[in-house]
Amino acid sequence: MFASLRNFEGGLFDDFKRLEREMDQLLGHGPWSGGIRAAAHGSYPPINVGVTPERIDVYLFIAGVDPKQLEITLHQNLLTVKGERRLQPVEGAEFYRRERFDGEFHRAVNLPEDADPEKVEANYKDGVLHVAIERRETAKPRQIEVK
Amino acid sequence: MSKTSDISKQAASNTQTKAVEPPIRPAVDIFEDETGITVRADMPGVSHERLDIQIDKDTLAIEGKAEIPMPEGLEAIHADIRSTSYQRSFTISHELDGEKADAMLKDGILTLHIPKREQYQPRKIEVRVS
Repeated sequence: MFASLRNFEGGLFDDFKRLEREMDQLLGHGPWSGGIRAAAHGSYPPINVGVTPERIDVYLFIAGVDPKQLEITLHQNLLTVKGERRLQPVEGAEFYRRERFDGEFHRAVNLPEDADPEKVEANYKDGVLHVAIERRETAKPRQIEVK
Repeated sequence: MSKTSDISKQAASNTQTKAVEPPIRPAVDIFEDETGITVRADMPGVSHERLDIQIDKDTLAIEGKAEIPMPEGLEAIHADIRSTSYQRSFTISHELDGEKADAMLKDGILTLHIPKREQYQPRKIEVRVS
């Protein structure tokens, strides 16, 4: 049932999983409306974005890069990440599978309009880059006192 | 602004209806040299404590849980990754010595080396001159 380590094609089970994933990518998946700059699913690196009333949290799943080499910019509400991932070269070996991303990447994601470019913090741990962006004061819900 | 919150509400209700997301199948590179087979897997978010590798006679199973600190009440507005667990299995052939496998995890990349049993490693044969 499982794919053999040395099998080029993978087992039937693996093929089925791959097909399922490709269908998801093709048809789109999830209710998120894609921005005009949004890349198709399956592009590198995968990104998750979440919001709370106070801030916007962006997670980039980007294992094995030097975070200092990444170019992260926030222009108005467009967050762009540029960089490259170079895999450790392997010599004198025969490859059975090569699925991991190797090369340059560039991704952009639209954030809510109240993202504050002055208050951004980035932190890299276990291959996940977390960018936290505060939202401008005006956007936070305020309790209005009734006199 | 109203549009954004609509989208996130939709996103939140969507994640609720789908109780269990299928685990992520991590991307791997697999290569073989004289000494054995090496598997490299991308598992961002997984720390040493949350990585589990099982090798028995003929199966290699890799599992990991991504631990990503998220603020309370976070609403997803975009999600390429919808699961926090990784899972992938392979069959391994008998000449590989699972007991001597060696694993390393760095910045979300797992490197696993499974050596060949000694009798399967290439040996150089000395030619004696008589």
